[in-house]
Amino acid sequence: MSLAVSPGRVAKDEEPPLLPVSATDASITAMIADPVLKGVAGRGWWVAMACATPLALITVVAIVRLLWSGVGLLGNNTTVVWGFPIANYVWWIGIGNAGTLISALLLLTRQGWRASINRFAEAMTLFAVSIAGLFPILHLGRPQYFYWLAPYPNTMTLWPQWRSALVWDFWAILSYLIFSIIFFYVGLLPDLAAFRDRSRSRRGRLIYGAFALGWRGSARQWRLHNVFYMAMAAIAVPLVCSVHSIVGLDFAASLMPGWQETIFPPYFVVGAMFSGFAMVALLAAAIRWGFGFQSVLTVRHFETMALIILASSLIMTLSYATEWFSGWYGGQVAERGEIAFAFTGSYAPFFWLQLFCNCAAPQILWWPRMRRSILALIAVSVAILTGMWFERILIIWNTLSHGYLPSMRRVFTPTLEDWLLLIAPLGLFAMLFLIFIRLLPAISMHEMRQLRHERSRS
Amino acid sequence: MIRALVAEFDNADRFIAALKVSQTEGLTPVDALMPFHIPEAARFLAGRVPPIRLIMAAAGFGVAILAYALQWYSAVVAYPIDSGGRPLNSWPIFLLVPFEVGILAAAIAGFIAFIVGSSLPRLHHPLFAYPGIERATQDRFFILVARGDSDDADDRARRFLFEAGALSIGACEA
Repeated sequence: MSLAVSPGRVAKDEEPPLLPVSATDASITAMIADPVLKGVAGRGWWVAMACATPLALITVVAIVRLLWSGVGLLGNNTTVVWGFPIANYVWWIGIGNAGTLISALLLLTRQGWRASINRFAEAMTLFAVSIAGLFPILHLGRPQYFYWLAPYPNTMTLWPQWRSALVWDFWAILSYLIFSIIFFYVGLLPDLAAFRDRSRSRRGRLIYGAFALGWRGSARQWRLHNVFYMAMAAIAVPLVCSVHSIVGLDFAASLMPGWQETIFPPYFVVGAMFSGFAMVALLAAAIRWGFGFQSVLTVRHFETMALIILASSLIMTLSYATEWFSGWYGGQVAERGEIAFAFTGSYAPFFWLQLFCNCAAPQILWWPRMRRSILALIAVSVAILTGMWFERILIIWNTLSHGYLPSMRRVFTPTLEDWLLLIAPLGLFAMLFLIFIRLLPAISMHEMRQLRHERSRS
Repeated sequence: MIRALVAEFDNADRFIAALKVSQTEGLTPVDALMPFHIPEAARFLAGRVPPIRLIMAAAGFGVAILAYALQWYSAVVAYPIDSGGRPLNSWPIFLLVPFEVGILAAAIAGFIAFIVGSSLPRLHHPLFAYPGIERATQDRFFILVARGDSDDADDRARRFLFEAGALSIGACEA
């Protein structure tokens, strides 16, 4: 069953509707559930899977190779002791932070358009955080001992060093990943029950039924579900902010020039939302095209995301300016030298590219026509994701390559292993996401029905 | 075990109206099944529910205090290291881990309270045998009304529910 976009009634505020006025509970359920339950994948899915799977396998090979041979395979040297793995970690955790943040914030602020994007944004979080969590382990000299970060009774009578940024990361990632899994699963529970009840195969009924735990949609279950889900959203926001603040503190707690910035924690949080929304926009465009969800992922959804991306870009630009100003105003030679190095030094072309991608490119979204153009938003999102990766690597390169001791200054040259660990996980992420959309509803059905009900009353 | 009449609706507004009026008509609605959260109906029929937010707060603060105590014990008593002259009990930085694990504990405790309070997991329920009940998770609304002592009372309930817009009415034991 398909939902045709009806030109009929338009909401009072003259904004186009978030879902067709002709939509019913049955048509919403059929539109989202049937492509998954019928198990028919389009050619686009297979092509995407064919591209993603080899990259996912390369990720495994690269990781095994690194664990086998050691961190000498990476381009890190005695000066630039952090390289691609930490930049990748910050990039992935940034994307990972956005899904839960977007979902929770929009729920608390009662944004109706959330219902179309929250499910796949949360799935994006799970996959991105899982990938992010690999990198701090991979960058260790002896990764086999990563469990020493946890406090456990041991014959060495050793304890973790609680003042270490690595220990904060361990707890932040672990807490955030488990929290996000619970948040995702609880939101999914009523839809799993719908899949159980709609599935025509015995295997489908058994598997979805087991995961649905016997959900019936009774008054009591909905009441508890709502109370718990809202409480989770309320604590998700400070959790997400704290997780990326901790990533910011990894840098800000050090003494290197360019890293002693108190602005880092909030600036990292905004950066996470910025890159996360860019990724959500890309995934939304892919799902819209792949499933034919034009009626529930409307141009209005993309326009709203474009506005948030534009606002985040302005905050990022202000943050960069504040960083440069405080570096200059502080008067320290090393700080000023580091900023000059960023603009004119060995990595300057990348720095200018970062500024173009993060500060200049999103400005086209001031034009309403560009905000309503999905292609333009895709182009801006790709630029932002590129620019944000360069931001993360340049925070590392510019500071470590231009430290206090001139005789120690060196530049970083990436190796094959660096490139593999940068590019291949994109395929792993895409593969996980493609599997997700084949097995689970990419859009929350019960929240779409609720949205339809609320809109029909207003 | 409750013997109940099950009335099926295809419209949320009629379902809510029937639920509200049923009490004034002397019926005893015992439960309702809905494909999405309808606050009026959920609050009306949920009964006493566990204080999930309180449980989450207690677990969150409790585990956060424990996490701080663990850090203090390990850094001050069990394995003191003078790191650049910083105090052994570096409290500002020791707040980070308790904050993270406190929120995680609140989430886990809330999840357990939600699952236990919702009587899940329960993979089979007598209601699942009722014809058409599978649409309760998709696009239909069901009201369960406790059956009366006599056939007359049941007839009156049936009549009222049909007048309220029910598509079909049957009986079940749940």
